[in-house]
Amino acid sequence: MNEFSLWTVFTLVVGLVAILAFIAGNAMALVWMERKVAGFIQRRPGPNQLGPAGVLQSVADAVKLLFKQILKPSNADSIIFFLAPILSFFPVALLFMPLPFSPFFTAYSPNLGLLLILAFSGINVLAVLLAGWSSNNKYSLYGAARGVSQSVAYEIPLLLAVLAIAFQHGTLNLSEIVEQQGGWPWQWNVFTQPLAFLIYFISIFGETNRSPFDLPEAESELTAGFHTEYSGMGFALFFLAEYANMVLVCCVATALFLGGWKGPFLDGFWWFLAKAYGLLFIMMWVRWTYPRARFDMLLNLNWKWLLPLGALNLLATAFVMKLF
Amino acid sequence: MAAQDQTLIPPIAPTTGTVDKPVVPLPGVADWLVNFCRSYSIWPMTFGLACCAIEMMGVGMARFDMSRFGAEVFRPSPRQADLMIVAGTVSRKLAPAIVRLYEQLPAPRYVMAMGNCAISGGPFAFKDQYGIVLGVDTILPVDVYVPGCPPRPEALLEGIFQVQRKLTGRRLVAVPAGLDLNMEQDTVRNNPGNTGEKA
Ligand code: SF4
Repeated sequence: MNEFSLWTVFTLVVGLVAILAFIAGNAMALVWMERKVAGFIQRRPGPNQLGPAGVLQSVADAVKLLFKQILKPSNADSIIFFLAPILSFFPVALLFMPLPFSPFFTAYSPNLGLLLILAFSGINVLAVLLAGWSSNNKYSLYGAARGVSQSVAYEIPLLLAVLAIAFQHGTLNLSEIVEQQGGWPWQWNVFTQPLAFLIYFISIFGETNRSPFDLPEAESELTAGFHTEYSGMGFALFFLAEYANMVLVCCVATALFLGGWKGPFLDGFWWFLAKAYGLLFIMMWVRWTYPRARFDMLLNLNWKWLLPLGALNLLATAFVMKLF
Repeated sequence: MAAQDQTLIPPIAPTTGTVDKPVVPLPGVADWLVNFCRSYSIWPMTFGLACCAIEMMGVGMARFDMSRFGAEVFRPSPRQADLMIVAGTVSRKLAPAIVRLYEQLPAPRYVMAMGNCAISGGPFAFKDQYGIVLGVDTILPVDVYVPGCPPRPEALLEGIFQVQRKLTGRRLVAVPAGLDLNMEQDTVRNNPGNTGEKA
């Protein structure tokens, strides 16, 4: 797999194109799904006028955002201001490469796939910071500062949870981790590592800035947080990156904890997508159910609970792996 | 306007913000399609001034649900909003802030004057009154007027349909059966206090 050949280049290119299409299609579907879920949770129909059950709603939104005027505040830093949304979306394509949708639908399966994802998902934080800094707006800067402290904090328990899985399987290759799990739910890692799954699932809310941890864009205090000054496509790119990151973390959770493409019968990418979308639905459910956490609560939860628990879990895993 | 004493009260500077011309004008059909998409994605600004705002919140709730028409995305930042619903009484102290908010909206942008206060000062238009702007159209270009004190949530929805009509040149949402859509007469009949001038 690792030697360089024309075939590798070909799969990489095809994989990248497919991944970009996948991301864009997913973001559209998720925006529609989010609004429908929000509607049903609040006993409203949600968008239902444009297309059957409103499925074309996100197309209308996308076209509108595309044709909206792009403004730059006069005192903003022109280069960084326009670089930030691009930078937030740019690593996403790379992050999807090592995801094993099925044994066949894997664009690139390196030995350090998990490390690749963990390393490059950090770039998103940089984009948030640059956006907040370059907008020359107090709300943006506050939002960016929150985003950075939150992401840095939640990266650690996330890493500890993922590390426990890596200990258990002795590999950082996502495909191999899936291979070692079975098709039935009790053969999945969520069964052997429930605490790690819980820590991972709580941490990804902090990582993707989703409610109840959407402090960087808390509209009650910070207008729109780090993307306050972005209109049109700048805002759309941040939006796209947010949804792509949601898909990504849910896909990683599927591969690590829920047995990836394996199911009780007929293994294939449909199992992967179904599980990932189940997790995405839970993320939306949480968003429309819980109020936003205060910032000290957010960090207390992380430093006082998730981090020690994650460390303990890792120790216990190491101990058990050594013993048996 | 008569009640406003111009010698005592300095006039408020109305907005000078104009909408930029598009860099590349789109050909007819494409332009209509883009406008059609815009009309189903009118994001209002989170922004309420008085009692009318309560009614505006009602439109987002389960019974009336403006999300059916894709308009429930209340954006807190003016940079991401399309429609400014001036819902309530505009006091003279607030007027400069409102003008600034309008100028922060990127094109294409629309303004809806919701309620009699925003249309003409409503119950506050009396002699020697000094604190209220009599009609938000004295400081902003208003696209749609929704009369009432407060307007019914249906009226606000109808206001959004009028913004859609302004964009695409036709009414996109079907009129419910049995409803006589002679708008001007209806407005006057339901609101005896309104002269119907601006409806
Ligand atoms: S029009 Fe009536 S309901 Fe609306 S803000 Fe004025 S007084 Fe309140």
